[in-house]
Amino acid sequence: MIETTSQADISLEALRTGDHAEFARLVDAYSAPIYRLGLRMLGNEQDAEDVLQNTFLSALTHLSNFEGRSSVLTWLYRIAVNESLMVMRRGKSEVNVDDTESSDETIEDLSPSQFVDWGALPEDELLSAEGKQALDHAIQKLPENLRMVFLLRDIQELSIKDTAEALGLTESNVKVRLLRARLSLREQLSIYYGERINQEKTND
Amino acid sequence: MTESTHSNCKSLLGSLSDYVDGELGAELCREIEKHIAECDDCRIVVDTTRKTVDLVHASNHPQAGLPDEVRDRLFKRLNLADYLKPPAQ
Repeated sequence: MIETTSQADISLEALRTGDHAEFARLVDAYSAPIYRLGLRMLGNEQDAEDVLQNTFLSALTHLSNFEGRSSVLTWLYRIAVNESLMVMRRGKSEVNVDDTESSDETIEDLSPSQFVDWGALPEDELLSAEGKQALDHAIQKLPENLRMVFLLRDIQELSIKDTAEALGLTESNVKVRLLRARLSLREQLSIYYGERINQEKTND
Repeated sequence: MTESTHSNCKSLLGSLSDYVDGELGAELCREIEKHIAECDDCRIVVDTTRKTVDLVHASNHPQAGLPDEVRDRLFKRLNLADYLKPPAQ
């Protein structure tokens, strides 16, 4: 297991002069989160590894263009997101150039439909293996454009600002997509836990 | 839930993410808390949304590192094999 090194430890200057040892340190500092993002985004290890390798190859090639306005990790995420999109669209006959649906930009049509009060269920039930599986499944079912925002913000725990930067979106856009993603997960988890609560009642 | 407060439900939704992230101003927080004290559906939406985000965070830790063989192949692909000593502790 490799601990993430804080950004301050990596010298941009050394990276730009082609210092291999420094690049190796960069790779060790940030490869794990990039790999995890790929896994969540693509759902299989082979594709995640392709994204990981291509991200760092691309970083190596484009280091001279990196101006340091965002953090190195945000910059790497941005590359990784693009690499993931390429893998996702590989083999798809129709590539949707503009994947922004108009409904992504507003919250007018959002209206929760599940009102099961499952928030008070005990932790061990919420975090059971089956519960986690239901959560993973719900995340996989999110549409691509919502999933990316959700993964960066809630799984990789980037700030709204960094998420916006990594995806080339505005912050308000990120907030709307994040809300849509969270509410969609909430609906799905409500259905799942609602069934569990009903089963328990039946068994009583 | 009363008709007069129910018209606030929609506007509450827009502040929901900021509220569960603790990034909403004090005044808006008070408005939300006042509303959910009277509107049970909204209280459930707020509680379960917060719980959803908590579960995501909880299921996300501890975070796994990079498998050794994936690291090996990455270093080789980047022509960094010379640096393939175990990562510094």
